[in-house]
Amino acid sequence: MDFLVFQYPMITVQACLDGILLGVLFALIAYGMALQWGVMNIINIAQGDLVILGGYIAYFMYLYGIHPAWGVIVAPVIMYFVGIAIYKLVINKVVDRDLFISILATFGISILFMQLMNFAFGADVVLANSGYGTTMLFDSNVVLPNSKIFSAFISILFAVCLVIYMKKSKLGRAIRATAQNARAAKILGVDTEKVYAATFGINAALCGVAGALISITFTIHPYMGLPYTIRSFMIVIVAGLGNLPGVAMSGMGLGVFEEFADYILGTEFRIGSVFLLLVLILVYRRFKLSRKREYLK
Amino acid sequence: MKLNKIILSFVSALVILFSTSVASFAKVVGDKIILGAAISLTGKYSSNGVHTQNGYNMAVDRINSMGGVKVGGKTYKFDIIYYDDESNPKRAAQLAERLISQDGVEFMLGPYSSGLTKAIAPVTEKYGVPMVEANGASRSLFTKGYKYLFAVLAPANLYLDVAIETAVELNGGKPVRIAQAFEQDAFSQDVRLGILDAAERTGSKIIIDDKLPKELNDMAATLVKVKQMKPDVLVVSGHTKGALTAIRQIAEMKVDVPMLAMTHCDAAKLSKQHGKNSQYALCASQWHKSLTYKDDFFKDGMTYAADFEKEFGYDPPYQSAESSAALLVFKDAFERANSFDQKKVRDALAATNMQTFYGNIKFAPGGQNVDKPMVLFQVMCDASGSCENKVVAPLKWASAKLIHPIPKWSER
Repeated sequence: MDFLVFQYPMITVQACLDGILLGVLFALIAYGMALQWGVMNIINIAQGDLVILGGYIAYFMYLYGIHPAWGVIVAPVIMYFVGIAIYKLVINKVVDRDLFISILATFGISILFMQLMNFAFGADVVLANSGYGTTMLFDSNVVLPNSKIFSAFISILFAVCLVIYMKKSKLGRAIRATAQNARAAKILGVDTEKVYAATFGINAALCGVAGALISITFTIHPYMGLPYTIRSFMIVIVAGLGNLPGVAMSGMGLGVFEEFADYILGTEFRIGSVFLLLVLILVYRRFKLSRKREYLK
Repeated sequence: MKLNKIILSFVSALVILFSTSVASFAKVVGDKIILGAAISLTGKYSSNGVHTQNGYNMAVDRINSMGGVKVGGKTYKFDIIYYDDESNPKRAAQLAERLISQDGVEFMLGPYSSGLTKAIAPVTEKYGVPMVEANGASRSLFTKGYKYLFAVLAPANLYLDVAIETAVELNGGKPVRIAQAFEQDAFSQDVRLGILDAAERTGSKIIIDDKLPKELNDMAATLVKVKQMKPDVLVVSGHTKGALTAIRQIAEMKVDVPMLAMTHCDAAKLSKQHGKNSQYALCASQWHKSLTYKDDFFKDGMTYAADFEKEFGYDPPYQSAESSAALLVFKDAFERANSFDQKKVRDALAATNMQTFYGNIKFAPGGQNVDKPMVLFQVMCDASGSCENKVVAPLKWASAKLIHPIPKWSER
């Protein structure tokens, strides 16, 4: 236990800001997960691996002398097609089955991706340097790397664009209709097969954006995907499906929670505390649900 | 049906015959001494696994081309059977079993990393197979009383205590305040123990003691604490991830600390990935090419580095150098034992006392090399932004003067 965070008030400010910037990024990944979970009833264990793959796209651009920030445009385009390909090869065969089958299938994809990335890109930890510098606040007691600010800004931008797209476009309406009732949507002429493919593609594209941002802000490695899957899973569970403001809020909440867990419990419990929170929330939800059922009786 | 049965029994008879025949004469076949090694060629350690394999191969070629190993008046050549352990300790232990009981290997070379060496050591010990390893530095390997394990490298707890001692010395002999962040794995925790020892010896105080998770890619929290508490030394060890993350975030957050000591800088290609931001970082290394140790096979560090670069196309990290040294140790032991009897070779290994291009080698009863100090190098960059690692401690090997304290970010 460490109560440094209370002794130095500036640390509290720092932790909150760091957490929020980080949380926005998590929320972007989680939004993709919520989208396809809601539409296709698939929990994508390979979510984190798609993120890492997006990161590698930005990294390779950086290697070839292109500024990695362009990765936020290139990575989603490539990842969209990767997503479609995964859908056509695997997901469309499990989309109507029960949740367990889809978890197994995406778990398999996750392992395959890890190994393929390791094979293709090597096991070295890599990163892309943006050279964005730092913003100092409060007499340089609070420091915010501009890369983090940039990634939060881009995440918000993409999230907003997506919301508008979902509301206004034809495909967006079709996706929402399919999420509400796939059968009814089909009867009314929506090509649900296409909608599913597009949804999975959009999810992969969002992962691509997030991955490019992570390669600029943190580090990437073929085996680093799982923590991102877990975090987005958790954010979605807290927020519920189809609740975008909820996803954003719970993403930021998780970011801040992680930072404080880091300061108070120690860095070693950072990811552990996320798991613990996940268990607590699941227990709480179950508890709440069981009470509801009793009431209905 | 009947035909199927006949074919089946014929095939199985062949398999049995083949496997037994391999087992019966695999250790020394004709003029070949066959060593076994499980190495991480895939999985998360694959980069360093390849460095290890390249080091082994380089030494095998060199020893074979320079006359081989002379035992009992006959000349033998080295050959290595490799298996890929997929960076997985369980797999490594299985492969060690397989190498020994199926392939009949009687002498082993170590895998990459402390964790995998820990998995293999009980197996080699059980069968009494001498193993010379070059990439497992965890102290716990040398406290278990293993009789057949020999490590050419210095144990992990010695990696960075030189840094603490240097810091105290530069502080006029007065104790220093230390901040440290270590990953939670066997190796890094041993480095941590070394720092704790050094702190106790010098009366220094540890003011931040963070443990980093395995999935680490953000250590901003630790660095914020460092910013607030202003320690004299910051020590970070978390394999390549730790080194890369630390440098990125220290530069981004403009953390000023007089001394920054780390491990795995050259494996992380720190100066290549981070350029000038990595400047002044102090790194523990088992070996550096500028050291002036000598032997008959590779001459010295500079020649080794040049030859290695010619063959594999990159500057050798210390992981390759120490792996090459393992073969030199085996050759020396075989010749002194003048026999392929495992016990005799083991005793000869235990009595090793030699110099290689990599350093002096002399084993303690626990199996660790006690005759080779760690070196510290500092990343130094010139105005054009090209960076180089220069040895700064111990003074005997220093090729440049330690820059201390590290200039503040505002003055760079």
